[in-house]
Amino acid sequence: MSTGWRLPSGGRIRREEALRFTFDGDDHRGCGGDTLASALLANGVHRVSTSISHHRPRGIFAAGVDEPNALVQLEHPFPEPMLTATTVELFDGLVARGLSGRGRLPREPDPARYDAMHAHCDVLVVGAGAAGLPAALAAADTGARVIVADEQSEFGGTLLGIRDPLDGAPAAEWVGAAVERLAGRPEVRLLPRTTVFGCYDGNYLLALERRTDHLGAAAPPAVSRQRIWRIRAGEVVLATGAHERPLVFADNDRPGTMLAGAARTYANRYAVVPGRRAVVFTTNDSAYAAAHDLTHAGVEVVAIVDSRPQAAGAWARRCADHGIEVLQGHAVVGTSGTDRVTAAHVAELSDAAAGAGSRSVDCDLLLVSGGWNPAVHLFSQAQGRLRFDDRLGAFVPDQEQPGQRVAGAARGVLSLAECLRDGAAAGAAAAARTGHEAPSPLPLPSVAELPESPSRPLWMVGDPGGDPPWHRHFVDLQRDGTAADVFRATGAGMRSVEHVKRYTTIGTSHEQGKTSGVAAAGVVAEALRVAVADLGTTTFRPPYTPVAFAALAGRDRGVLHDPVRVTPIHGWHVRHGAAFENVGQWQRPRYYPRRGEDMAAAVLRECRAARESVALMDVSTLGKIELQGPDAGEFLDRVYTNVMSTVAVGSIRYGVLCTADGMVFDDGTVFRLADDRFLATTTTGNAAAVLDWFEEWLQTEWPELAVHCTSVTEQWATVALVGPRSRDVLAGVAPSLAADRESFPFMTWRDATVAGIAARVARISFSGELAYEINVAGWDGLALWEALVAAGARSGVAPYGTEAMHVLRAEKAYPIVGQDTDGTVTPHDLGMGWIVSKKKRDFIGKRSFGRPDNRRADRKVLVGLLPVDGDELLPEGAQLVEVADPPRPPVPMIGHVTSSYRSAALGRTFALALVQRGRERLGQTVYAPLPGRIVAATVTDPVLYDPDGARRDG
Amino acid sequence: MLSVPCPWCGPRDETEFSYGGQAHVAHPAEPDALSDHEWSDYLFVRDNPRGPFAERWCHSAGCRRWFNAVRDTVTHSFLAVYRIGDPVPEIS
Repeated sequence: MSTGWRLPSGGRIRREEALRFTFDGDDHRGCGGDTLASALLANGVHRVSTSISHHRPRGIFAAGVDEPNALVQLEHPFPEPMLTATTVELFDGLVARGLSGRGRLPREPDPARYDAMHAHCDVLVVGAGAAGLPAALAAADTGARVIVADEQSEFGGTLLGIRDPLDGAPAAEWVGAAVERLAGRPEVRLLPRTTVFGCYDGNYLLALERRTDHLGAAAPPAVSRQRIWRIRAGEVVLATGAHERPLVFADNDRPGTMLAGAARTYANRYAVVPGRRAVVFTTNDSAYAAAHDLTHAGVEVVAIVDSRPQAAGAWARRCADHGIEVLQGHAVVGTSGTDRVTAAHVAELSDAAAGAGSRSVDCDLLLVSGGWNPAVHLFSQAQGRLRFDDRLGAFVPDQEQPGQRVAGAARGVLSLAECLRDGAAAGAAAAARTGHEAPSPLPLPSVAELPESPSRPLWMVGDPGGDPPWHRHFVDLQRDGTAADVFRATGAGMRSVEHVKRYTTIGTSHEQGKTSGVAAAGVVAEALRVAVADLGTTTFRPPYTPVAFAALAGRDRGVLHDPVRVTPIHGWHVRHGAAFENVGQWQRPRYYPRRGEDMAAAVLRECRAARESVALMDVSTLGKIELQGPDAGEFLDRVYTNVMSTVAVGSIRYGVLCTADGMVFDDGTVFRLADDRFLATTTTGNAAAVLDWFEEWLQTEWPELAVHCTSVTEQWATVALVGPRSRDVLAGVAPSLAADRESFPFMTWRDATVAGIAARVARISFSGELAYEINVAGWDGLALWEALVAAGARSGVAPYGTEAMHVLRAEKAYPIVGQDTDGTVTPHDLGMGWIVSKKKRDFIGKRSFGRPDNRRADRKVLVGLLPVDGDELLPEGAQLVEVADPPRPPVPMIGHVTSSYRSAALGRTFALALVQRGRERLGQTVYAPLPGRIVAATVTDPVLYDPDGARRDG
Repeated sequence: MLSVPCPWCGPRDETEFSYGGQAHVAHPAEPDALSDHEWSDYLFVRDNPRGPFAERWCHSAGCRRWFNAVRDTVTHSFLAVYRIGDPVPEIS
């Protein structure tokens, strides 16, 4: 176990904090403040994975979120796939292994907690580096509410990884003082370890805070592991920095090849040298600084290979002072080595294409810098426009969105002094836009910098080589995408980078083109002989870096995923073994199985009880809307298809609601409670939609109507008491109620005392039997239910669920909205023309019944189906055809089954169906082709039970 | 996510609102006087402009009130909000 790669001093690591970890089965040691990547490098481990398609060894390539190679799977303390070693903070006991492109989700549930916060601020600063920190300081100085989010474990960004002094002192000292000053301001919220990953309309940004990931097994279980921040910002300063671009040459993927800036960060921030003998290949000045910092750290830099014919003057002189050879107008055209680079092949750029005249330079580290791509991801997500900057060879922000500004390297500013100035200006301007003026300009530290020379973008270089050409010139290391793949795409006719991306998969891995995107565009441009500027980029979409679904779900998991609504009688249903089904958010008993019963047996028994003696059902979930006001009757006349204003106080009328296109939207009953008070019931699933519907028409079309609507669904508990003996049971518990047929007729309601409880009793039936719906205050619901169960015991009362309710109503052809209808069905289609008033001047949907399409003779209408084999249960949704022996497809479909059950009363199966010209087919046979067989069924009138309604009055 | 300026509650997140489509499409006073074509225009045909668009919103998880807004369909920015029944404001 060698730690010979760790420098004896320097860096931001905590040497006193020794951490043990295991990678690919080998035990290693690292320090507090390490990432997994820096700790691996300190142990001499470069190779971390094998590439997904070509099975080539791959090493650590970057030092941050742009890492394309070092995908790892954490195994301990909790399995987590697809993390990058460069962003995993080291902790004691970490166990990880390298991934070849694919990870493994844990089988066990994640024990950690995830949550979310909503935050508002005047100014959100994204990134706390050379531009972000001064932006935050300048904004905070004005007294504005500021949030500063940075993805790293500590603020400072690039400033933590350079040796340039600020005000003559190490940059980290200035960072420390700045952070301290920000932390002391009450209106500033600092969010380290927080990646802003999405930027949406109205300056709404999403960020992921990693709160305890870095603590490993020591993470306190009560603290959420990760937190999503939903931030609404007045102004946003995007100080997101830049990503260094790799260069495309033969065998540019060997371990030991690394971005120059990353190597600089490893040496300066983590006190790790990633090699002993380095060759630097660059198109710009920044790699010179890296070379110098590595030289300072004891690395022998054998050569700087600069693509520019005249390299940076000041830098070149400094190199000469340190004895570093600078090869101007040269390029690295290839490498040697297997598990690690052993040599770089260097050629003059003019010869490079020919593959002639290259010489081999021994090295164990090859640093590359193809320039810098501003991290424009968030800017672009917010629909900011980009332009290609030839000088930088990169896309830079062009036109900012209102409320946003981009500062520093994120908009192509390269020099440190300019980044500091740019950030401060952006922060002050953003705060000013929110009404906060700075008392005085922010004092900025002095920086000594060498003058900058222009870079020379280079997209691909060297000898195309073997078969096919360019197949070892990697563009996307994670996807194993090569320049040859790009040429194959352009050869197949692709002209857009979006098409090339999808054809080659270049830029589609976890890093989403951070290293490969612009490089790929450059290769496409060369292939097509067009300018990169004319090609544009692929679209930047959230998230900026991968986010775990668990974090997005937050607390909305398991029982908290969606509200669960239960009735006041729910506990009784649970205690009596009900099987439940979800109806919208409601949990409703579906059936109450007795010992040894399956659903079919329980439902047949429950139906028999309702038809032969007495049964009861919890119907509290039905929507209930109270309408009050002098115009309530007029309003109901306009929304229901029939007349409601003539219902007498004490009476009830069934009604259907249609949408303006004449299609059935909901149905229910309307009680008249007083001259100016009505109660409308709705289906369970549509309660909210019907209230919304009423409100929409009242507010937007008929504001002159004096009507107020109030949902009272949960104020009432309602029990349906059903069956020929229901009157006896009710009379037993409501002695003061005149329940006889004449005193209490069908479709009326009475106030009564039931089992000692104040109740509103309605004679309504959704089964065709004599039946009552007893409404009491919600908190009395359970007492009422238990009293009815006790009173009905001698009659064999049975509770029944939604399944039996469905069968009972289907036997009577009472449709269920949303099951027998689907938004294309009119009342006439349901055989309910009688519910549509011909007297009313207008109501919602009326004009549509005259539309030609709704008058077609071949519309699908509701019919009954009796399978020829009375044991055959047709599946709901089954398509129907006219012939038993269908010809080759396409076969005309004439309809479909909407409801299908076994009937205790009929002693056989039956179904409801919507069938073209159904009423002309009564008595005919239709066929349902099912997998492997065809089922014949006879079309009947849909009312199959008690067609004369004789049972209704008991 | 849009920040929708409810005229009664102030700016609130889009998730509190429901969308009501194009504004100023009144239910015809005399539907029977319309041809089938005119009636189907009312039912089904709406403008789909690029730029300012007068549309209906309801603060359904807030004050539950309907209001009208002019929104730029390109930038998604709200240019004006106004009450149901008021005319479309002049957008400068």
